[in-house]
Amino acid sequence: MGLLSNKNKEVLISPLSRNNPVIIRMLGICSALAVTSKLEPSIVMGISVTAVLAFANVIISLIRNTIPNRIRIIVQLVVVAALVTIVSEVLKAFAYDVNKQLSVFVGLIITNCILMGRLEAFALGNRPWESFLDGIGNGAGYAIILILVGFFRELLGSGTLLGIQVVPTFLYDSGYVNNGLMILPPMALITVAVIIWVHRSRNRDLQEN
Amino acid sequence: MNRDSNSYTIIYASVMVLLVAIVLAVISQSLKNFQGENEANDKRQQILSSINIKVSASEAESKFNELITEAFLVNTSGEKVAGDAFATDVVKAFRENLYPVFVANVDGQTKYIMALSGAGLWGPLWGYIAVDDDRNTVFGADFSHEGETPGLGAEITRPDFSAQFVGKKIFTNGEFKSIAVVKPGKSVAGQDYVDGISGGTITSQGVNKMLYDSLNGYVQFLTSKNQ
Repeated sequence: MGLLSNKNKEVLISPLSRNNPVIIRMLGICSALAVTSKLEPSIVMGISVTAVLAFANVIISLIRNTIPNRIRIIVQLVVVAALVTIVSEVLKAFAYDVNKQLSVFVGLIITNCILMGRLEAFALGNRPWESFLDGIGNGAGYAIILILVGFFRELLGSGTLLGIQVVPTFLYDSGYVNNGLMILPPMALITVAVIIWVHRSRNRDLQEN
Repeated sequence: MNRDSNSYTIIYASVMVLLVAIVLAVISQSLKNFQGENEANDKRQQILSSINIKVSASEAESKFNELITEAFLVNTSGEKVAGDAFATDVVKAFRENLYPVFVANVDGQTKYIMALSGAGLWGPLWGYIAVDDDRNTVFGADFSHEGETPGLGAEITRPDFSAQFVGKKIFTNGEFKSIAVVKPGKSVAGQDYVDGISGGTITSQGVNKMLYDSLNGYVQFLTSKNQ
């Protein structure tokens, strides 16, 4: 069995679209609402969740045969919390600016339901390598949606992307106004819903009767 | 071994907690110096930013030492008291009615930088505001926050928000009025004001209150001409 057998490829690729944690399983919606008013925090959050999820998956998978069943959720939480704390401490020491961006989201990563969901559903029953791929895949699937939502919210809400003005001045001069509603949390939900709508209409077999 | 027995569960939990605690403690201790240095440079950058000077973290220390000629604490009567203004924690100092002042020399002119501390929607706000030699006209300001909402309250850190303060007066007709932060488009009579952040109402109100409360402690220092 190669490192990327067909089954492993499926584990890595399917969360990007057909098994997407956000738009199919409806996990991690809370942080998708909270951080996507700007593109930059969306990207940072996507990357951090991917990293933490991949490593937490590997660690849980390595110790999966020793974890007492009754306290497995606590063990998962301790692993995730410890990882997030280590990441944040290292960033604080060596990448202070990134840490300032991240500080708000550290707590959100710990409570992200995708993490608990993947640890519980995948890492507890699979080997480390598969779990690592699953973590990367699900993290990336989450990041794609966050970046999409962040892109549209920042573009329409502030007229900027990554803080750089992209809507040209002559549009403003001829009466164009930023849609302030896009910055408010409800529009994140509506943007996610629109993404789900587009996704389902392209994948008819996902539609429920 | 029976993984469901009570003793296994208890031992497992204890060992796990102990291991994690040791790992975290070691990491925290070994990174402390780096973190402290970063925090100090970040503070220097914020103070320099209030006199409209942007520097990178690596240059912050030399630039700070070059421009800041004096740093001291004052009490509510405006008298200097002993203490290290830079190392002092602003929140603690305010509680003891001590107020840090940094004196900067920008192009031959003296600027007084004062610390601000308050609360926003999700957590603390802080900042620095610099005034001209007349101890009234604002020369520059810089605001920071711990966890305000990105795109809304967090916008107070943007240069175009703090730039609004330049030229505003803390005293109107010789009376301490502070500078109000109001809803964009609104105005207040009898004092200088700037526009708040749309959608960041609580944070804007926090900045408003922070300015009033913090500057209130500096009133005697700003009005006494004998220093």
